[in-house]
Amino acid sequence: MSHHDCTEHSRSALLRKAAAQAGAGLPDIEPGMPLPAGTGLDRRNFLARSLGMAIAVYGATSLAPRALDHGIAQALAAGPPDTVLVTVFLDGGIDSLSVLFPHGDPDYRRLRPKLALADSGLVFPEDTRLRWHPSAAAFHALHAEGKLAVLPAVGYTNADQSHFTSRHYWEVGDTDPRLQTGWLGRYLDHVGKPDNPLQGVSLDGELSPSLATAKKPVAALSGAGEYSFWAPGVWGQVEERMLAAIGSLGSSRGHDKALAGARAVTFQSHRLRQQLEPFNGGFQPPVPYPQSNSGFPDQMAGLAAMLAAGLPLHCVALSANGGYDTHSDQAQDLSDNLELASKTLLAFQHDLEARGLGNRVLTLVWSEFGRRAEENGSDGTDHGAAGIGLLMGSRVRGTMIGEFPGLRGGLDEDGNLKATVDYRSVYCSVLEQWLSTDAAAVVPYAKSFARVPLLQ
Amino acid sequence: MSRAPRIPVYRGHFGPAQAERLLWRAGFGPRPGEENRLAKKGLRGAVHSLTHPKRDRLIGPKPVDDDGHPIAPIDAWGHDHLWWLDRMVRSNRSLVERMTLVWHDWFATSNAGVGSQRLMLQQNGLFRSHGLGSFYRLLLAVTKDPAMLLWLNGTDNEKDAPNENYGREMMELFTLGASRGYTERDVREQARALTGWRNDWDDDKGPVNFHYDSRRHDTGTKRIFGNHGHFDWQDSCRLAVHHPKHASFFVGKLWSYFIPVDPPAATRGALEKLYVRNHYAIRPVVEAILKHPLLYNGPRMVKPPVVYLAGMLRARRRGIDTDAWTWLSSQAGQQLFYPPNVAGWQDDRWLDTASFLARWNLVGRVLRPSVLKDDDKAPLNADKLLARALEYWGRPRLTPPTKRALTTFAHHAIADADRKWKKEQYPVLIENALRHLIAVSPDQQTS
Repeated sequence: MSHHDCTEHSRSALLRKAAAQAGAGLPDIEPGMPLPAGTGLDRRNFLARSLGMAIAVYGATSLAPRALDHGIAQALAAGPPDTVLVTVFLDGGIDSLSVLFPHGDPDYRRLRPKLALADSGLVFPEDTRLRWHPSAAAFHALHAEGKLAVLPAVGYTNADQSHFTSRHYWEVGDTDPRLQTGWLGRYLDHVGKPDNPLQGVSLDGELSPSLATAKKPVAALSGAGEYSFWAPGVWGQVEERMLAAIGSLGSSRGHDKALAGARAVTFQSHRLRQQLEPFNGGFQPPVPYPQSNSGFPDQMAGLAAMLAAGLPLHCVALSANGGYDTHSDQAQDLSDNLELASKTLLAFQHDLEARGLGNRVLTLVWSEFGRRAEENGSDGTDHGAAGIGLLMGSRVRGTMIGEFPGLRGGLDEDGNLKATVDYRSVYCSVLEQWLSTDAAAVVPYAKSFARVPLLQ
Repeated sequence: MSRAPRIPVYRGHFGPAQAERLLWRAGFGPRPGEENRLAKKGLRGAVHSLTHPKRDRLIGPKPVDDDGHPIAPIDAWGHDHLWWLDRMVRSNRSLVERMTLVWHDWFATSNAGVGSQRLMLQQNGLFRSHGLGSFYRLLLAVTKDPAMLLWLNGTDNEKDAPNENYGREMMELFTLGASRGYTERDVREQARALTGWRNDWDDDKGPVNFHYDSRRHDTGTKRIFGNHGHFDWQDSCRLAVHHPKHASFFVGKLWSYFIPVDPPAATRGALEKLYVRNHYAIRPVVEAILKHPLLYNGPRMVKPPVVYLAGMLRARRRGIDTDAWTWLSSQAGQQLFYPPNVAGWQDDRWLDTASFLARWNLVGRVLRPSVLKDDDKAPLNADKLLARALEYWGRPRLTPPTKRALTTFAHHAIADADRKWKKEQYPVLIENALRHLIAVSPDQQTS
């Protein structure tokens, strides 16, 4: 990377930086300080403080402070949903046989002569053959706290080894390549509101396919505190009118699909801007998150702040840091990425607890497949079948779900791990036990998948 | 060459509106007045001028960074993006650049995995020179292209330690389509056939000396799509292109870059025949698609982010003069040389609330150098302000709902001017706002 990284900041990055500086003289929001949803006074306090920083940031350039928008008041009036589901995607097919590796399996070292990990000492208590990767100590800690359920071999039979097909199956909740709505999207179509795009939020900066709905609006943003519309040479009353005009540009539809889609996105962006207006000044998490160039820790910290402010978020999807398609040089890449991902998840859980939100949030961690048991010749591993899944939360039953099938007898004819739990069993159980919805309305053939107990 | 099968050709009026759509689909939108000049050529002449362009010429100011220095596409982060964006804005061969973008998406290689702007630009040159030629030759060139060999582990793939990455994606994403006419066994056998490529490592230069080393090649018999033989990498490509499912994959995928609805079955079949009869030549298929009625009377398409940006710069006759285009394009979802994965960008998912904001910010940056200042003058008249803002963008065509929304905004904002200072000040702000709103309007996001 060259000096251009240092001189070029996006406006939002500058804004965050300036907000941090402007906020230096302000009292911190203390860890554990209650910012509960539903008590308007505390919330206004938090938001007002953020706006104070925003004034310092924008100074004379353009933005004037505005009273809290009617839209957010309305969205907040109903109160936040009782439960929030967060899904975190590990892109590329993470090697479950490294994350939770079968140290005690006699075939492990034979199949992985170069990549086999030394005993980390992080014993998995429910199957003492297994050890956590040395970089996944945060998962070990979460499991010990009873807040992490672990699926050592989740997937489906006849696993497709294409990234895109297998990921699609997970996203739509069915092994149907043509299905165009995500499993969370169908859930939101079933129970969601017609005018609240925040009910389904992708934090990847683009729509997460699992949230793709047929009818109800959902939103994508890259993080809290970054959603404002600024135009050069426009301010004051005219700016207010201009921002309202964005909504008007999106208010008609017509027959042309692309045009109607562009109009719908225009209108949703207008609504989202109204809802996120209070976050333009930034926020401060009550617990430390890992420092990284990756956006993942910031995204998770921002998510906790949005939940704490009582925004009406219900389903949230995002990708973790890094790529996990480790065809070559697996050891270092996986170790670095896994460490940041697991530490961030631990920080998020503790952040939620500090804000009194632990009982409201369930986090599902998934990847499109695991990797082949036998390493390839490039110090890496090729695409496999079943892999690891995690469920994190204060109300989670922090045990093993399914079992590790072992490397002898637990592999299919391609030499890939066989699933001991179907991913749709997890979806059906989440829908019924966490979201209190009949899974049959969301997941095709829901009856045919066994339910697994997820909660305490 | 055998006679082409019958493929429908657009027979309606070919005026500036049709020429404008053609310029957006097959290029990066019109320079001021370009749609009028192209319309005068008629449909056939217009398409011919795109598919048989004159010698490469770059028109307009040379690209510079924020400090006014020439860009350094091989060395400076983000300048690779600026370099290509400049070609999109300034080249007189719009379709060649657009086809280069098609192939970049089709054989999606990311510098995030390659780590060398030099090798990425080398691959880009390959897409540019083969862009309208033979797909088979293109596939051969891509298969041994250094950036691709690094990206999909081609040089890691050796006889004693096969690596399936390229063999799988070559069939799934480049030639046949997912689960179309091949098995997991074929994936493994293709990987064996593709063995033999290697490179050395230089501590200063990184990966160097890409070459074929027959000692690393698996010379044994392979069974691919039911054929037996001592296949090598060229056989691997040949078998994929000759596979009965290839032509339909090629036609369907190529079509989707230009027209957002599936081709009618008869058209599809005729295009497949045209492709195979011409020995996998790309140009005749592109020509037929560009003349097809559905391109002109079919639905709109969302403009990809770099097309949207290059089009605005062309409309303003503005050259590349800031590094900001790289990260602004990235936020809009398309940083050149960094597709999200080997399947390329998702062309049906360009617009969402995050990318809308990013496009808003792109427009702001385009507007900035010419923004009207507080002491500039503008008329205190809503309709005149709208006409002036449209003139700024080269008078694009607006749909009635968009025109209504803009007119209403301008009238209300003028009505807010209830004091003398506001009557002087607001028109300037309104004209700036109208320029912004026109460019982000749903009409301009699509073509």
